[in-house]
Amino acid sequence: MSIETGPVEKGTELPPLELRVTRADLVRYAGASGDLNPIHWSDRVATGVGLPGVIAHGMLTMALAGRLVTQWAGDPSAVRSFGVRFTRPVVVPDDDEGALVELSGKVTDVADGIAKIAITARFDGKTVLGRAIAEVALG
Amino acid sequence: MPDASYVGTALAPSAPYLVGREKIKEFALAIGEGASVCTDLEAARAAGHPDLVAPPTFSVTFTMPLIEGFLRDPAFGWDYSRMVHGDQSIVLHRPIHGGDELVTTIHVEDLSNRAGSHMLTLRCEVTDIDGAPVATTKSLLVTGS
Repeated sequence: MSIETGPVEKGTELPPLELRVTRADLVRYAGASGDLNPIHWSDRVATGVGLPGVIAHGMLTMALAGRLVTQWAGDPSAVRSFGVRFTRPVVVPDDDEGALVELSGKVTDVADGIAKIAITARFDGKTVLGRAIAEVALG
Repeated sequence: MPDASYVGTALAPSAPYLVGREKIKEFALAIGEGASVCTDLEAARAAGHPDLVAPPTFSVTFTMPLIEGFLRDPAFGWDYSRMVHGDQSIVLHRPIHGGDELVTTIHVEDLSNRAGSHMLTLRCEVTDIDGAPVATTKSLLVTGS
């Protein structure tokens, strides 16, 4: 693996990542993950259960947040643990732009060759993940 | 009403799930994971891996269908149609690779009622077919009562 940002220590910031999620991405993720819940592709069903519209799979948002970490670490196999709380939905409009998810992260601890990273995921100006923490083995 | 007598019990271990190389590629593409060790066998082997490396959240592809099967079983009494995912954690005891044969055992850890919602914590212990630990995942699932 390759950590590109020099020495890793408490306070080290990961290069931020801005990702767009479209309806097509949701359909692709539904197929790849096997999560066919219609709230992730049908406005009729999503609004019927009280949502503002079709929302991204929580696990897709988690996976996108994981990319912030794997991109920084250089190798996805360096990730030892990853946990999140789903606090707000990412509403994905039926257009070409989709929803913008803004990801940032900071090292909060380094011990025994493992960096602990606190991740922030924002959509529409608000955080969508709580307690998003990954542990990554340093090379 | 979910049956609280399940708390503290484990379901029967799953049949082995064969991690497909093409499934890893498909999943990596779906989440936009660009690391070559997830999509290029030569690159994965050059980096010392036996096969393609699964992205960190890949385990949902085989644990979630098992969880869904349990929650849709009327015996447990869970309202699957109203369920939301509260939180999720994944601990990887080692990376998951293409060709792995993995067995998942669901443990019903906790069931509580808060403000009219049922909150269920399920833990999945994922091992190889020899029983060596591969991953431990925890899901908090919430549904109306």
